[in-house]
Amino acid sequence: MSTTKRSFLQVACAALIALAPMPTLADGWEPRRPIDFTIMAGAGGGADQIARFLQSVAQEYDMTNRPLVPSNRGGGSGAEALIHVSNASDPDHTILVTLNSFFTTPLRQENLGIDVQNFTPVAMMGVDPFVLWVHTESGITDFDQFVAQVQSMNGDFVMGGTGAGQEDSIVIAFMSDAYDLDINYIPYDGGGAVARDLAGQQIMATVNNPAEAKGFYEAGDFVPLVAFSDERLPAYPDVPTMMEMGHEFSYYNQRAVVGAPGMSEEAAEYYRNLFTQIYETEEWQAYLESESLSPLWMDAEEQAAYWATQVESHRELLASLGE
Amino acid sequence: MEVLSLLANGMWLALQPLNLMLILIGVSIGLFIGAMPGLGSVNGVAILLPITFLVPPSGAIIFLAAIYYGAMYGGAISSVTLGIPGASTAVATTFDGRPLARQGRASLALVTAALASFVGGTVANVFFTAFAPLLADVALSFGPPEIFALMLLAFATFVGLGGDDIPKTIFSICFGLVLGAIGFDQISGAPRLVLFDIMGFLQGIGFLVLAIGVYGIGEMLWTIEQSRGEVESTTPKMTARGMAKDTAEATRRGWKGTTIGSVLGFFVGILPAAGATPASLMSYGVAKMVSRVPGEFGKGNPDGVAAPEAANNSASTGSMLPMLTLGIPGSPTTAILLGGMVIWGLVPGPLLFVQEPDFVWGLIGSFYISNLAAVLINLAFIPVFIWMLRMPFTILAPMIFVLSIAGGYAATRDMFDIWLIVIFGLGAFVLRRFDYPLAPAVLAIVLGPIAEPTLRQSLLLSSGDPSIFFTRPVAGPITVVALILLALPAVKLLRRGRGKVATEKS
Repeated sequence: MSTTKRSFLQVACAALIALAPMPTLADGWEPRRPIDFTIMAGAGGGADQIARFLQSVAQEYDMTNRPLVPSNRGGGSGAEALIHVSNASDPDHTILVTLNSFFTTPLRQENLGIDVQNFTPVAMMGVDPFVLWVHTESGITDFDQFVAQVQSMNGDFVMGGTGAGQEDSIVIAFMSDAYDLDINYIPYDGGGAVARDLAGQQIMATVNNPAEAKGFYEAGDFVPLVAFSDERLPAYPDVPTMMEMGHEFSYYNQRAVVGAPGMSEEAAEYYRNLFTQIYETEEWQAYLESESLSPLWMDAEEQAAYWATQVESHRELLASLGE
Repeated sequence: MEVLSLLANGMWLALQPLNLMLILIGVSIGLFIGAMPGLGSVNGVAILLPITFLVPPSGAIIFLAAIYYGAMYGGAISSVTLGIPGASTAVATTFDGRPLARQGRASLALVTAALASFVGGTVANVFFTAFAPLLADVALSFGPPEIFALMLLAFATFVGLGGDDIPKTIFSICFGLVLGAIGFDQISGAPRLVLFDIMGFLQGIGFLVLAIGVYGIGEMLWTIEQSRGEVESTTPKMTARGMAKDTAEATRRGWKGTTIGSVLGFFVGILPAAGATPASLMSYGVAKMVSRVPGEFGKGNPDGVAAPEAANNSASTGSMLPMLTLGIPGSPTTAILLGGMVIWGLVPGPLLFVQEPDFVWGLIGSFYISNLAAVLINLAFIPVFIWMLRMPFTILAPMIFVLSIAGGYAATRDMFDIWLIVIFGLGAFVLRRFDYPLAPAVLAIVLGPIAEPTLRQSLLLSSGDPSIFFTRPVAGPITVVALILLALPAVKLLRRGRGKVATEKS
């Protein structure tokens, strides 16, 4: 009996620790319950890594009085997340980590009735470049060899990606068009799974963000061939860009946090403060550098304007690629 | 042998007073989080993550691992005592755990679950210690065709089982597959099966929603119907001697399931696509298949409790492997753990074992200690849970109802899911009245969403040629075994028809 009582006390104490109110930061609006931190991509990919990182930074510095609870909703190229956040019963406690499918998915699936301009701008944490990777054992060491290899295989060259109309498929579609490549494209549910299957050589090449491929690159499994950035990436100084090869093409993935449609101005202000603080931490700045992201800080109005231009440019991009 | 000294260091670290305290607290919290339907280890770990920044990183990761372990044990508790799976990983535990409880043998079921969990966790830890880097290669060699073949094998174990009515089993599997297909098509991204144009279906049917509906509400209705007019006659007793007897019986009647669950669970767990829920369901299927008395499964066989419980613990340890070696979290909880690691400056990936041996082996060392603490604390709590069962069912039933609804809401915070839970509960009750087995439907809704995209990815890889499932060195044998198992019932049916043997009534 005494065992039981002691065990009960133990749990009670633990519960008290867990429920004790956390010291708070700002005046004004504050979350009253755990914050739904939805990620519009599967676990292990670039967006997921960033969401987990943001959550950890917020918690390390005790920036929120209620925890951010990440949940992955990558279904339907992020449509699942967009629907979930649009229909959130509590918009003040629902925020979303986005990538470019924030623009492309509503364009490709107009029947969802999603207008991104209804969402609440919170913070632009940076933009993530794309790199073409092959496995070391393929023997391919530069882009010319890659092109020759793909062409010699008559449509049997297999690349993995995160699905039709997704960021990497736009890059691959551009590449196929520019170099007359016939690629067998296999969709996966996230960039993490894509990188894993390149490591296991289930597929022959990928277009992944550096963050997704870095571990395998450092272990000597992956070879970067070309970067789709404006300039060479400091972490990969020997990797040429598509620009250098004479194509006016660069493509980045937005790493932005947005609020649910209908979020109150006070709550939006709270999250903007929160993510500004996170943005300025040493940790986030170090992350931007180590994972080859470029900073692209914007205030709320600039973000809304940026969304409008991105929607337009993606509309054109998708149309020109026949998506 | 360097590994062993690193491991010993890790264990020593876990035994320091602060860390030991964190383990005890973590396991206790985990036990309760796991036992509460709807409140999975995901929410628990996310909510408790802030505390981990109050202690050094090594302590923090130990704390998180302890919660994780506790939750794996805890899931079994409500599965057995109330028939509501506390977590999706414990669904298969209800299959035999709940019938045991209804026979007044809840203590046997709980002791079996605790011991099987301990063995499963330990076996997985040993595998992990001995072969981690090697196993990462095994995990990578599983591409879409291999994973599909494995899923096919899992379905085959459920169809190929004797005893159950085979056409009804197949109907049940198909029904589960349809439910699992609702939502977005993973390959094309298009919405499908949005029934009645209700937006809620776009998000698909959450597995926990189905499980709580079928096993919480459905089971409650079933028990009410079965025990109408009867007074609950089984008052479970709990004494020290009784517990020792249960331990002996659990060992005698559950060792087979434990062995199967421990080994199979670990290997399924290390595959990045799978995880602990499929692992526990598959282990249940295999345990039933190799059992000498498959007819007893579903009616209270300790092997049926041991197999899924050993498997879910073993698989949770296994799912740490893709996280640490490939940076791919195998479960939502490991994803949170991954976030924690990144902030401490640890890069998960192939080099983690080389660059950060102290961290990795410290973590593995703490698994051993957490596992031991979890089994001891769990065993100590069993009398409390048994005591709960002494309540008459007239009091227990409304509690189950409230817990099911509240648990479902806590998991998703969506009223739509509550209506689904009620509908699934009623549907499950009706199907059960007509002798339809429900476990295959539950299996299908878990495995369908893994099987479908891998099937389509495989066929894309081979440009539509199905021989890809036979010609690959790993996928080939698995597919062949699965097909043989699928063919067995047909052969049996033929024989039965010729011999005019009366259909056995279960």
